[in-house]
Amino acid sequence: MRWPLRIVPRHALGRWPRAGIALAAIALALLLGALFLWAAGIDPVAAYAAIGRAAFWGGAYALSDTAVKATPLILCGLGCALAFRMRLWNVGAEGQLLLGAWAASGVASFWLPAATPRPLMLAAMALAALLAGGSYAALAGWLKARLNVSEILSTLMLVYVATHFNNFWIFGPWSQSGFPLTPQFPPAAQLWRLSDAAAQVPALGGIGLHAGFALALLTAAICWWSLRQTRLGLAIDAVGDNAATARSVGIDVGRTTVLVLALSGACAGLAGMVEVSGVVLRLQERFSPGYGFTAIIVAWLARLHPALVVVVALLFGGLLVGCREVQPAGIAMLLQGTLLFVVVGSEFFVRYRLRWCGWRAHE
Amino acid sequence: MPVLEKRRCPRPRWLLLAASGALLLAGCKRPPAQTAGGAAAPTPGSTPAAPIAAAAGSAIPAPIAGKFNVAFVYIGPVGDGGWTYAHDQGRQQLEKLVPDVHTAYVESVAEGADAAQVIRGLARKGFQLIVTTSFGYMDATEQVAREFPGTKFVHVSGFKSNGSNFGNLFGAMESMKYLAGMIAGARAKADGRPRVGYIAPFPIAEVIRLGNALALGVRASCPECTLTVRWIHTWFDPAREKEAAESLLADGAGVVVTGADSTGPLVAAAERGRWGIGYDSANACQASPARCLTTPYWNWGAIYADLVKQIQAGTWRGGNDYRDVDSGIVGLAGFMEGEQPAPGVPAEVVPEVRAVLDRMRAGTFTRFDLFKGPLKNNQGALVLAAGQVLTQEDLEGIRGIAGRRDCAICMNWLVEGVSGELPKQ
Repeated sequence: MRWPLRIVPRHALGRWPRAGIALAAIALALLLGALFLWAAGIDPVAAYAAIGRAAFWGGAYALSDTAVKATPLILCGLGCALAFRMRLWNVGAEGQLLLGAWAASGVASFWLPAATPRPLMLAAMALAALLAGGSYAALAGWLKARLNVSEILSTLMLVYVATHFNNFWIFGPWSQSGFPLTPQFPPAAQLWRLSDAAAQVPALGGIGLHAGFALALLTAAICWWSLRQTRLGLAIDAVGDNAATARSVGIDVGRTTVLVLALSGACAGLAGMVEVSGVVLRLQERFSPGYGFTAIIVAWLARLHPALVVVVALLFGGLLVGCREVQPAGIAMLLQGTLLFVVVGSEFFVRYRLRWCGWRAHE
Repeated sequence: MPVLEKRRCPRPRWLLLAASGALLLAGCKRPPAQTAGGAAAPTPGSTPAAPIAAAAGSAIPAPIAGKFNVAFVYIGPVGDGGWTYAHDQGRQQLEKLVPDVHTAYVESVAEGADAAQVIRGLARKGFQLIVTTSFGYMDATEQVAREFPGTKFVHVSGFKSNGSNFGNLFGAMESMKYLAGMIAGARAKADGRPRVGYIAPFPIAEVIRLGNALALGVRASCPECTLTVRWIHTWFDPAREKEAAESLLADGAGVVVTGADSTGPLVAAAERGRWGIGYDSANACQASPARCLTTPYWNWGAIYADLVKQIQAGTWRGGNDYRDVDSGIVGLAGFMEGEQPAPGVPAEVVPEVRAVLDRMRAGTFTRFDLFKGPLKNNQGALVLAAGQVLTQEDLEGIRGIAGRRDCAICMNWLVEGVSGELPKQ
């Protein structure tokens, strides 16, 4: 006897069959997740309802929470997607985010006077964050272009450097009274939030959605447009397809590497600025639960497409928000892991199909 | 015969998917009703979402109508065997100590955007008291407390409060560290290794205060002993904590005292045949029973019960609630009622420790008596003149914080007998 199923490669699939496979994978993952929930003694139907309510259909609070959670994922996800399209594996968005947050905090609390007009202050913070995140990633790009140092290792290692660098400032020169946080930002350095208008519109009380979300959508639009319409966008995809060919048509691969990593890091740095000035309102230890790492998955699930990054980040943000309803947290993490595993695994069916060949003795 | 084979291969892909789907559906029925003790039975009409609870303790956190509902927000998993574990033990005790209290928790909540969202979500669900148990939750707790004036909020380990529905809570762990120091010093002296190691997370006032208290204890039972400090710059990292312990042991430390959350240092000390002292939760010594001397631990249950009773009586106001040993907020493993000191504790120090502990519990030897002049810093300069004591602001290193006086002798110095220095600020 032999195994009756064969794995056969298949031709490129259209958009809708691919979407169908993704949906089937999500359905399967939800079924598997239900099994885990049931085994843990939780009613799966009620759990999924609670997750959905907390993340999506529980009203303005739910949507606001999800959008706030998705904002740094969108920005870091865009950064990752830009680099990944060129087959540059920037896995250090977390470090670039931390440095962006650091630079923005420096501007907000120490380098510009608190009386600076709000738009100017916020613009300066964003610029500082873009520069900090961008140059930090460009460092890895330069090492790659000049010395052929693997950007996977350098960007990842630079995350640890950034963590300790930030901690040095948080615990040392910028510490408030020896506690592990900087003083709270002046009002001018805080992004506009819907809850700011709670005095006029009481319904907005506690709605934490901030202007950073709009900034993230704008960044996604810029990325989308640039990838299609600019010389750089073309170069990114050309190098991603085949570096040697790209070089032969006159693309400076080394320069593009540095530039694209810089842009990638700038997106992540902006995520750091948005998070400290829209949510945390100061720089403190452990303010990011690893957005830069989660963004790698977001970028992949979005197939490196800027518009899909937004969609996936919102879904993923919702999943993270909703899963807090299930305790202990381990069960929720199991649920998230199952979903990711099955959805990423379903990619297999995009490239291959199973063919039934019947149980027959091998001749 | 490849051609033939190809023709004979139909493609019933959907059959496979349908089969696996059906298999899963079959296994996915509603769970049987849970009736075991400790589980909350859903009460009709309590909230839009009927609370679900299971015997295993897994649940969707939701309040129950007719009960006093308390929610806890944790930084780590309840099974961390340290800081969060101790809080969760307190939560469970609270349910036993006060009738008609229902508790729920959300664990492993990050300190950034998540904190405010989780705390607000619990307040919206209708919990009457929300306890947040990590320093980094301070701003988020304050913010949500402003939005929900009818809900009470207690933040553990911070310095903010609003005089009405938001207060902070902490306790005199330094007193237990002092006693642990006495035990460590006695052990080091008996072994002829006059050096005690201290694993210190971060150079902040709290950690420095506990380290100084430890050093004073060590010097009380072993005047020739010194305390060596290793800054590890993390609260919880078992590998790094163990490494720090190994480096202290290689440096000649006879006893290693940890100020971080894992039991890694206890294991490292046992592997070397030396001694360890744990932290945070009463059962830390179980990690190496033979080589663990004691553990200063947090005892939150009685305090949570007291808070709930005060809130129910309407007497609670959010303020700076810093409790001394007489409140029962801290304990010392092996020295509480019905306990025997671990076998490694030198017999001669036991009555001395018991005597000081009795005075601490009676309220006649407080945290202010620990830091009493004359005291020199480890550079040899006199910090406290004879008879001079520190204030609460000095102990906490409060500086530039609205509503609090500034410290005069701020906790940013190391007491005589500590070898090492503070990272520059």
